[in-house]
Amino acid sequence: MADTETAEAPGEPQSRHVVYCGVCTLPPEYCEYGGTVKKCQEWLQRAQPALYQVIWSAEALEAATASLSVEAQKRAAKDAQKKAAQAEKAEQKQADRMANSVVTIKRVERNKRKFVTAVSGLEAFGLDLKKVAKEFGKKFATGSSVTKVPSGGEEIVVQGDVSDEIEEFLLEKYKDIPEDNIELVDDKKLKKAAAAAAA
Amino acid sequence: MFKKDLQGAPKSKLKSSVQRSLRQSLLTTYPLLAPYIDEILPKKGSLEAMKLPDRATLYVLDGEPLFFQVDTNTLLPHLKLVHRFPAGFPSIRIDRGAIRFVLSGATLMAPGLTSPGGRLPSGKGGEPEGLDEDDRWTRELEKGEPVVVRAEGKTEACAVGFLVEGTKLVKEKGKGPVIEDAHYLGDGLWRLGTE
Ligand SMILES: [Zn+2]
Repeated sequence: MADTETAEAPGEPQSRHVVYCGVCTLPPEYCEYGGTVKKCQEWLQRAQPALYQVIWSAEALEAATASLSVEAQKRAAKDAQKKAAQAEKAEQKQADRMANSVVTIKRVERNKRKFVTAVSGLEAFGLDLKKVAKEFGKKFATGSSVTKVPSGGEEIVVQGDVSDEIEEFLLEKYKDIPEDNIELVDDKKLKKAAAAAAA
Repeated sequence: MFKKDLQGAPKSKLKSSVQRSLRQSLLTTYPLLAPYIDEILPKKGSLEAMKLPDRATLYVLDGEPLFFQVDTNTLLPHLKLVHRFPAGFPSIRIDRGAIRFVLSGATLMAPGLTSPGGRLPSGKGGEPEGLDEDDRWTRELEKGEPVVVRAEGKTEACAVGFLVEGTKLVKEKGKGPVIEDAHYLGDGLWRLGTE
């Protein structure tokens, strides 16, 4: 790995800066144990080509296996296979979940001409609601927070009517969410419709 | 210790008196950190604490995890801190074959250290203590001491925990558990968001 030794001078920062894998978060030399080796390799080759050479060159791999007995190599290979299969299965499951999940952006009238926008369903796409709420707040310069909903889950409530802006923002920033899986709802119209139906 | 995923909790700012005493206990436990302590805990920095399950506390500075402890036990460094300052912590080395076990949260057993790829301390002494030319720590480590686990063929450390057996005895017996319940790469603590 890169030589990060620095001269010992007072005041000079001594902290090493270690690159972590953008896929599995481990130091790249440990990617082989993370279960997402293929993706890790693709990432490393793109992001850190020099480091990729050091870790995944033929010589490096040979040196890595030379010290293991044939038995241990077999077991390690089997283990890696099992892990990769598990990771693939988990990925498939998450992909299915995302395909069948809907993000709802709902305009809610608080009182006359005052609106809030409630966004639910983001967690199915692996998003951290608190983080996203913060991003909304920053992006739209407005209040934005995570609140519990009676059904048990959580949603993000943003002050003001920013439904369209949120949809646009989500589509641009979180490519995992397909446009078809975003639903815009107007609470007022819903209520009117309900009232009309009841009448 | 953190085999399961952890839920992030709110962080609370620590009083400067608490920060001072943590700094002191860090230096007492890890004297080799002395040259770096101002960089790890700047005098004006604001250290925060995050409560974790099972009475554990993680200490965070500017979103960077630094160290953690269970109850008021000895402080252990987060692996990211070990990666930043590897010379600050006594270490042993496991052989390549043991890596996958340690990274799945298994107890570290003696054979992973006594094999040709492993490195237990040489115990030959010398000041300051550190790694010798054969990659062995120069001081034998006592039962109960915190220790960093490096791995054959790797640059970065992969685990950290307390020795349940002194390194001298590990060499003599050549079997049995050496570190239980370590914090390791990819565990819940590693993956916990601290921003
Ligand atoms: Zn990786």
